[in-house]
Amino acid sequence: MKNQLQRAVGGVLAACAALATFSTGVTAQSAVDEIAKYRQQLQDGNPADLWEARGEGLWKQKRGPKGVSFERCDLGKGPGVVKGAYAEMPRYFADADRVMDLETRLVHCMVTQQGFTQADATKRPFGAGSDRSDIEALTAYFTAESKGVHMNVALNHAKEKEAYRLGEKMFFFRGGSHDFACATCHGETGKRIRLQDLPNLTDKAGAQTAYTTWPAYRVSQGELRTFQWRLNDCFRQQRFPELGFTSEASIALTTFLARNANGAAFNAPAIKR
Amino acid sequence: MADPMRIRATSKDGLTNVKVLMSHEMETGQRKDGSGKIVPAHFIQNVTATYNGKTVLSAQWGPAVSKNPFLEFNFKGGQKGDKIQVTWTDNKGEKRTDEAAIS
Repeated sequence: MKNQLQRAVGGVLAACAALATFSTGVTAQSAVDEIAKYRQQLQDGNPADLWEARGEGLWKQKRGPKGVSFERCDLGKGPGVVKGAYAEMPRYFADADRVMDLETRLVHCMVTQQGFTQADATKRPFGAGSDRSDIEALTAYFTAESKGVHMNVALNHAKEKEAYRLGEKMFFFRGGSHDFACATCHGETGKRIRLQDLPNLTDKAGAQTAYTTWPAYRVSQGELRTFQWRLNDCFRQQRFPELGFTSEASIALTTFLARNANGAAFNAPAIKR
Repeated sequence: MADPMRIRATSKDGLTNVKVLMSHEMETGQRKDGSGKIVPAHFIQNVTATYNGKTVLSAQWGPAVSKNPFLEFNFKGGQKGDKIQVTWTDNKGEKRTDEAAIS
């Protein structure tokens, strides 16, 4: 009698356990599907368009003490050429004798051609509400002109190769109060923070999808965010020292991640939750 | 002055589809800033769309609408090349009108 009861209870428990596993599986899957559906719906009315429009205006406007527009700024494909240029960045620029990513190059042109001081040019790298960032708008416009172009970071110059190596080292370097590396979160497939899936950046497809969808409009922040912002916030989440805007470290990491996305069609500014 | 809207309008089989992206803070008036002070409400209250002087859409909005709102609607009629005009007015009396040609 006792045995029978135990077996009956055991059977019910086993059934419950099976049901529980089944239902969490379904919830997680449908949540991912729902997020994908949500992104799909937003795609059509991506507010990044507003940043692109403002960025285009800033690009053509005569700015700074010298009253020069960005149309004289060489971003790797000749002065003022925007089409497809982002897909080949970061790259080495002989006039500055260093590797630069897009934001760094924009600041460079603002300082050398438009006559801004370095401090003025980098005053507001990331916008917040009514304190808008010109760099974010310019980035939105510039990157949109590379939409559909295949990523092609060549690494021809020795300094480009050096930046890549440094970026790779940083990606796997564990440090900070939490003994974290970029690879801690982005080195395995199927990891997530709460419901947010994390891309595996050591995997070709993961690296391509991640890199080609930045900059992005973040719905939760109501702002367009650049790749410099993405890295800056990753550093904050890892409890690392603040990543300097347009610092050598940020350019090296960008070079590493951009190069790993080679071959994929660029698809930003995107929209993210 | 507020940033311009992005308006796209396409006509197909006698039906015109209009997509509007507006640049607006859409503050609810319930949020507090870093120093604990309430951020004053600032949101779009009225939206109207006109085609050839005739109102084809009129809407009353409130603080529940998201920042940088996106609006999509259809109306019957609308010739390619004609203009569709969209206007919003917010609770501070600010106003913005933009137009786009139907393609």
